[in-house]
Amino acid sequence: MKRNNLILYGALLVFGLLAPFLFPAFKLQISFMWILVILALTWDVQGGQMGYNTFGNILFFGIGMYICASTQIGLFFPLEEWTASGGEKTFLHTPSQYFLGLSAGLVLAGIVPVVVAALIGYGILGLRGHYFAICTLGLGIAAGELAGGIEIIGAGQGMTAPPWPKGIGDTEFRSEFFYFLTFITMLATFIFLRWAYQRRFGLVLNAIRDNEDKAEAMGIHTMRYKILGWMVSAFFVGIAGGLVGNMVGYIEPTEIAFAGATYGVFMILMAILGGKGTLWGPVIGAMVFHIFKEGFWTFFLGWQYVALGVLIVVIVIFFPEGIMGWLREKFPERFGEVVDEADRKAQVVLK
Amino acid sequence: MDLLIFQVPILMVQASLDGALLGILFALIAYGMALQWGVMNIINIAQGEMVILGGYIAYTMYVMGIHPAYGVIVSPIIMYFIGWLLYKLVINRVVDRDLFISILATFGISILTQQLMNFIFGADVVVAQSNFGTTLLFDDMVTLPNAKIFSALIGIIFAIGLVLYMKKSKLGRAIRATSQNARAAKILGIDTERVYAATFGINAALCGVAGALISITFTLHPYVGLPYTVRSFMIVIIAGLGNLPGVALSGMGLGVFEEFSDYILGTEFRIGSVFTLLVLILVYRRFRLSRKREYLE
Repeated sequence: MKRNNLILYGALLVFGLLAPFLFPAFKLQISFMWILVILALTWDVQGGQMGYNTFGNILFFGIGMYICASTQIGLFFPLEEWTASGGEKTFLHTPSQYFLGLSAGLVLAGIVPVVVAALIGYGILGLRGHYFAICTLGLGIAAGELAGGIEIIGAGQGMTAPPWPKGIGDTEFRSEFFYFLTFITMLATFIFLRWAYQRRFGLVLNAIRDNEDKAEAMGIHTMRYKILGWMVSAFFVGIAGGLVGNMVGYIEPTEIAFAGATYGVFMILMAILGGKGTLWGPVIGAMVFHIFKEGFWTFFLGWQYVALGVLIVVIVIFFPEGIMGWLREKFPERFGEVVDEADRKAQVVLK
Repeated sequence: MDLLIFQVPILMVQASLDGALLGILFALIAYGMALQWGVMNIINIAQGEMVILGGYIAYTMYVMGIHPAYGVIVSPIIMYFIGWLLYKLVINRVVDRDLFISILATFGISILTQQLMNFIFGADVVVAQSNFGTTLLFDDMVTLPNAKIFSALIGIIFAIGLVLYMKKSKLGRAIRATSQNARAAKILGIDTERVYAATFGINAALCGVAGALISITFTLHPYVGLPYTVRSFMIVIIAGLGNLPGVALSGMGLGVFEEFSDYILGTEFRIGSVFTLLVLILVYRRFRLSRKREYLE
């Protein structure tokens, strides 16, 4: 049991560290895979562990993306002129400016969504069930529509993130740099959540999922933990957003930043595919989904979103327990469940 | 400035009338949503896509040279069968399950339908010309397209017809019985499976009517479905399930709100203001209820 886990962690780490050199052509794709892993992991904090099915975590993704890019630009140049000049690179970051801006931007991309989550959390997280789901759906789309009306961040046309500074390596080095940045962020997310789930935090989240009223009656301040959980998600999702903004290089309000129809659905789908409520489920789900997506998307050419719609329906109806749930049913011993032979036989007879 | 003060009352009349006429269509869609929500306990995210699909059916007739107003007869018939098919393929597998499953499944259907419409009808904004002319009121200061009046009238007729059908007909009574208590209805010999399929079909047909009316009064585009879903959801939670005058009133209220936000904030914030209003209403209700230690569920 313990050794198995160790092998799994080791394999993931070795793969993560060697991947850019083993598959140099797929560096960017694998970086996006780590981003998707972060999104799935953080969605699972609400959807899986806490039982609050949110469509709105994309809000923090978009906020992080805009905040990061605006900070990177605004620290050194007038933001308004940057967005007004559009794609033309009238301003150029020197290397030191670029890295200073990027680190400041990523820090803020984590902090600002956390503040937003703390501010709106009390209002939104008081809703339950499908009201919560629809409200967060509205939240994500409203944010995209409103961002499309704000001039200083480029309104509907969007804005460009700062280009990689000249003089430091080539595009290969750039993608390696962002690859390791995403990988480290993913590792940090995973390790933090693993740590947090083993603490009181994880227990309280599960108690809220199982029966919130009872948890409250036991004297747990459920609202505090719900907001805390959302803040944790917001932090990592915000940083992921900041990174994606820089990797893509171009930020558009409804298609990239507050992309409810792509990243917003992907994160839910991946967590369900892998098995919600487990630590490894979202990771496996995100990897399987991303490999499927990158591998087969080209075959569908133009029909990707039709395929996505079918995939959502099929997974939700026929596979709601996910890969981890399926494994758990197949090999319950591995998950530390004691299986009574007589009991199992009795079940078969009952059927 | 003088001009503005002079114009404001006229603009208000114009916006209120536009909004109220549009709101009747919203109320029609919301009535369909309330029906399936009450009977099957399903929130259909693809509601808006059904509306747009119904609109495209009328638009196709317009392209083929038939007057689009006949769409209010053709498109509900086609949409009824599409809804029935959708029920048999997908919805009957999610009826008894967790609500989130049905939300997500219908979300998948919504994405699927959007894309298919995008392939079939193209991504352009289209409108079916009805050539109904316009009515001028108050010394030509308020212009009112006859198509809007026509669509509001048709909407009201369909709503009244449906209410009578639900009250009087056998199927209507079976639907109401199932919504009150599905198990008891089953015991008393009602085929609930058939009732569910019919409910979903009727909802789709209503969406078809609304869509056909929207195609002549408003514009169609494959990706504008979700706002209609959100509008009908909002109307249902304001009015409550099964409160028909409430649905009509809050539908018109929402229409007026939208027209006013259009005038005051600008068209680019129209959809944004709808979604923001949804969030605000839900949060407001949550605070109201939490005073009594209750919550929305």
